[in-house]
Amino acid sequence: MELILVNLIDGLVTGLLLFMLSAGLTLIFSMMGVLNFAHASFYMLGAYFAYQISLALGFWMALLIAPIIVGVAGAGVERYGLRRVHQYGHVPELIFTFGLALLIEELVQFIWGKNQMPYDIPDVLNFTAFAIAGNSIPAYKIFMIFISVAIFIGLLYILTKTRVGMIIQAALSYPRTVEALGHNVPLIFMGVFGVGTALAGVAGVIAGPVLGTFPGMAFVLGSIVFVTIVIGGLGSLWGALVASLLIGWITTFAKSYNIEMEDILNGIGISTPENLSENVFRDIWALTSPQIADILPYILMVLILIFRPAGLFGKRES
Amino acid sequence: MPKGAKPEDQITTDPSKPAQRMRAGSMTLTWGPWIVAAVLLIILPYIFTSNSALTIMNQMWITVVFALAYNMLLGQGGMLSFGHAVYAGVGGFACMHIMNNTDFFSSFPLPLLPIFGGLFGMGLALIVGAFSTRSAGTVFAMISLGVGELIAACSIIIVAFFGGEEGVSGDRTYAMPFFGNEFLQQGDVYYLTAFWVFVSAALMYLWSRTPVGRMANAVRDNPERAEFLGYSARWVRFYSFVASGFFAGVSGALFAINYEILTEENLNAASSGVILLVTFLGGVGFFFGPIIGAIVFTLVQTVLSLETELWAFYAGSLFVATVMFFPGGLAGLIMMHVPPLRLGKLNLLVMPYIKTLIPAAIGILGLCSLVEMTFHYRHGATGDHEMTLFWTTFDSHTLLPWLVAGAVALGGILVARATAPSLKEAWDEANTPGGAS
Repeated sequence: MELILVNLIDGLVTGLLLFMLSAGLTLIFSMMGVLNFAHASFYMLGAYFAYQISLALGFWMALLIAPIIVGVAGAGVERYGLRRVHQYGHVPELIFTFGLALLIEELVQFIWGKNQMPYDIPDVLNFTAFAIAGNSIPAYKIFMIFISVAIFIGLLYILTKTRVGMIIQAALSYPRTVEALGHNVPLIFMGVFGVGTALAGVAGVIAGPVLGTFPGMAFVLGSIVFVTIVIGGLGSLWGALVASLLIGWITTFAKSYNIEMEDILNGIGISTPENLSENVFRDIWALTSPQIADILPYILMVLILIFRPAGLFGKRES
Repeated sequence: MPKGAKPEDQITTDPSKPAQRMRAGSMTLTWGPWIVAAVLLIILPYIFTSNSALTIMNQMWITVVFALAYNMLLGQGGMLSFGHAVYAGVGGFACMHIMNNTDFFSSFPLPLLPIFGGLFGMGLALIVGAFSTRSAGTVFAMISLGVGELIAACSIIIVAFFGGEEGVSGDRTYAMPFFGNEFLQQGDVYYLTAFWVFVSAALMYLWSRTPVGRMANAVRDNPERAEFLGYSARWVRFYSFVASGFFAGVSGALFAINYEILTEENLNAASSGVILLVTFLGGVGFFFGPIIGAIVFTLVQTVLSLETELWAFYAGSLFVATVMFFPGGLAGLIMMHVPPLRLGKLNLLVMPYIKTLIPAAIGILGLCSLVEMTFHYRHGATGDHEMTLFWTTFDSHTLLPWLVAGAVALGGILVARATAPSLKEAWDEANTPGGAS
C-alpha cells in the first residue's frame, strides 16, 4: 500500500513534467497545425540557460529569467523561421522543426560540450519532505508538483477567463474572422508559440537537476512528448493532461513492479516450453515489465492510432 | 534559389503548383543518363583505386538506394516517415542470419542475397503499412515514429534476432562462389553493390512511371480528388509503402554484405533522421535528387569529419538553410537553370554568379573559422593555444586571428549583399523569353 502511494507520487511528478511540455506543444499544434519537433529542444535550452544563470544569480532568478529567454527564442523561431517555411506546406514545416531540433542539439554541444552539467537541486529545497514507510520523498518533488499545478491552473484561467484567452481561442478556430475584427493574428500566433516554448523552458529549468542536464536530454523526452499529445488527441489540452498522467503512472508502475511475461503466459494457460534456452521465442518468454517500461508509451500510441486515430480526447483527424 | 529571389521564381516542389512540378519533373530523363550512370559505375574504381575510396563509394551507393527508397514515400507519395531505417535494418539483420546459416548459405550465390533483404523489408512494410497508410500527413509520421522507436527498442530486448548491443556479424565469403568469385576483395563487393544500385534505381524509376507510381503523385497532391476518380488513396499509399520497404531492405542487405555486421545503430531514430536529411538535401521533387543528396552527404560526412569535429553542426545548419531557402534541394537548384538554358541565356548568369557567390562563400568560410576558433577557445585542452585552420597555424587566444576572421566574414557577406540585386536582375533577365539583352 505504501509502495503504491510512493509510485503514485513519482508517476505524478513525471506526468506533470510531461504535461508542461505537452501543453505547449498541443497549443502550438492546434494553432498552426504543425507538430513542433524542436519542442523538447527548447526544454533542453531551458535547462542549460538555467544552469548558466544559476551560476551567476542563483536558482530562483534562473527560474524567472531562463523561460523568458527561451520564450523569446521560440517567438523568434516562429517569426523568422516557421512563418517563412509555412508557405511550402505542412511537411516542410515538420521537416524544418526536425532540422531545428538537430541544430539545437549540435549548438548545445558546441557551447557546453558533451558532458553532463553539474546543475544541482538548490540547497533550499534539498531536504526530505516526508517519508512513507521508509521511502523518503524529497522536497524538490513536491516543489515540482506545485509549480506544474500552478502553471496548469494559470494557463486554464488565462485561456478561459481572460479577454486575451478568449481572443486566442477564437483565433485558433476562426483566424480570418478574428483578423477581420481587427486583431493581429500573426502576432497572436507568435505569442502562443513563445508562451508554449517558455513553458517547455520552465519544465527544463525544474527538470534539469533531477533528470540531468546533458545534450541528449531533448532526445530522451522529445519523442515521448509527441506520443503524449497523440494519445491525448492532437490539440486537446485536457487530453494532454490525461495522457501525461497516464504515461507517467504506467511507466513508473511498470518499473517498480517486476511483472514477468512467463507468469502472464502461464496465467492464460500457455505452459513454459521445455529447454527454454533453445527456443526461438526465449526472449519473449524472458520479458519483464521494467525492461519494456520505456517502450510502453509507444505501444500505447500505435494501438491508439490504429483503433482511435483522433486520440483519447481528440475531436478531429488531422 | 539565389539571394533575393522570390519563391515564385523557382520551379520546385511548390504544393500549390503541381502542374509545374510535373513539367520540370523526371519526365525528361531518357536512355542517355542511364548509360552514363552505368559507365560511371563501371569505371569509377579505375579512377579512384585506393581501398578507402572504394569503401566511401560503397557507402555512397548504399545510401543512394536507401535515399531513393525513402523518396518513394516522401517525394513521390507525400508520406513523411521518421522510422524508415527500420525496414533497411530488418532486411539487413535477416541477411546476416542467412549468412550465419552455413548449410543454406554455402549453396547460395551472394549476389542474390539483396533479394532476400528486400523481401524481409517488404514483409515488415506489409505488416506496418496495413495500418499506417490509412492516412498521410501527421498521423502517418507519428505511427512511423512510434513503430521505429518500438523496433529499435526491441533490438535490445529480443537478443535472438537482433543480437543485443553487440549486434549480429557474419562472413560473406562462406557463400557459394559466384563464377569462382568469393568476394574477398573490396573491388568485387564494389561491383556487386554497383550492380544492385543500378538495378534498384532503374526499377524505382520504372515504378514511378507505372500507373501506381503516377497515382502516388496524384494522391500526394490531392487525395480527395484521387478518391473521387475511383482510386483508393489508402491502397495507393500502401503499394508505395511496400515497394519502398522492399528497396530499403535491399539497401540493408547491401550494408550487411559490405560491413558484415549490423547493430542497433542501423535501426535507430538517428539513422532514420539522417536519411530524411540526405533525401531532403538532394531534393524530393525530382527522381535524381536523392542520388545527388546521398553523394554529397557521404562526401561531406567523410571529408568534413576528417577536418573538423563540428561537421554535424555544419550539416545541421545546411539542412535548416535548405528547408528555409531552397525547399527543392540541390536537384531543385539545378533544375532552376533549365529554363534559362532553353532560352539560351545561361551565359548571362555567369558573371553575376561569380560576383555574388564567391564573396558569399568567402564570408561563410570566415564565419566557419569564427565558429572553429570559438570551439577551440572553449573546448581545447588547457594550455593548448595553437590551432591550425586553412593551413595556417596561430594562437587562438590572441586578438589578431579573431579580427582577421571577423573582417573576412563581414567583408564577404557585405560584398555578397551588395551584388545580390544585380544577380536578381540578371536572373529575371535570363528567365524572360525573347529580346536580346
